[in-house]
Amino acid sequence: MSIWEYANPKKFVESTTPILPWLFALAGLSLVVGLVWGFFFTPDDFRQGSTVKIIYLHVPSALMAINAWLMMLVTSLIWLVRRHHVSALAAKAAAPVGITMTLIALATGAIWGQPMWGTYWAWDPRLTSFLILFLFYLGYVALWEAISDPDTAADLTSVLCIVGSVFALLSRYAVNFWNQGLHQGASLSLDKEENVADVFYQPLLVCIAGFVLLFLALVVLRTRTEIRLRRIRALEMRARRTGVSA
Amino acid sequence: MSGFKSLKKRRRIQVIVLAFAALAVSTAIIGYAMQDGINFFRSPSQVAEEPPSPNERFRIGGLVEEGSLVRGQGETVSFRVTDGGASIPVTYTGILPDLFEEGQGMVGQGNYINGTFEAVEILAKHDETYMPAEVIDALKDQGVYVEPDAAANGGAVTN
Repeated sequence: MSIWEYANPKKFVESTTPILPWLFALAGLSLVVGLVWGFFFTPDDFRQGSTVKIIYLHVPSALMAINAWLMMLVTSLIWLVRRHHVSALAAKAAAPVGITMTLIALATGAIWGQPMWGTYWAWDPRLTSFLILFLFYLGYVALWEAISDPDTAADLTSVLCIVGSVFALLSRYAVNFWNQGLHQGASLSLDKEENVADVFYQPLLVCIAGFVLLFLALVVLRTRTEIRLRRIRALEMRARRTGVSA
Repeated sequence: MSGFKSLKKRRRIQVIVLAFAALAVSTAIIGYAMQDGINFFRSPSQVAEEPPSPNERFRIGGLVEEGSLVRGQGETVSFRVTDGGASIPVTYTGILPDLFEEGQGMVGQGNYINGTFEAVEILAKHDETYMPAEVIDALKDQGVYVEPDAAANGGAVTN
């Protein structure tokens, strides 16, 4: 029961206040260490040359693009079942961060794909479902903006999130389902770890940690903003009702 | 009052579980129905078994057969693509991607004309192997280098 205390907006804002600067500091630190290590202190790959270094942006951002949607799925389900407003607002707050991650992954993938595969884009199952996920992100944000009643908006976006999770999972596992396509399999699954040499793997883990921390920091920050925005709206409404000019 | 509230909550959970089941079933049905349509490329064996008509544009995918790559006919290269079973000759005029090599995966788009695949686009497939160039060179010097991706790549490409 104790974890639901944080569903109280006031308690959420109070308890995240001291954590937030630490989250940002840790995210910045691991991103700087990971990216500098990855870009300047790793050798060239035996077939890809220095193009391999784009992995330090592409893999973490694609990972977080999918994880962000799954996080939105979890918070949407909590909203649907338990009706905690903070949970719905956390999903709303995560969407633009997820869009940014998706865009980074799409752009870096295209830049890597042109010299390596020979094309910026291919209609491969994994790439296609990732693009659909990106469109779902846009639709999700648009749906929040299109509905003025906050509870209805939270309900309908939650349903959209459930449907979109099909494509989040597909873009992660399409390679395994069809075993065909242009995109390589997971670079990072636990049993295939030996495919990525340690010199590339270690800075990649630091970069992933950095992206996870940055995502958490931004979502917490944006959730607090959404909570305060809603509080302001409630106060304005109350002021209007009682006739006091706001 | 509390009993009424928990009943509503239980109903919501039931609806969500039902929605997920419906979603999973419909995804599975669509995936099953589009199984062939979703295939990104055909394997050389499939092409050898049912040769597509000369005016059908399709993709072929497989490994570039060792020792089959012939350059130096102007801008045209020719090689054979194989999946362990059949082997199809390919000709292509243009620039090959960086990762294109003998023994590695490729996906080509083009037409199958008189037993030769005339490609208009060649893409290289990358496996999941990331190794520093120096390590590979050292291994080759010592004569203990084994293609790290031969098995994995073959499995992925031949479907």
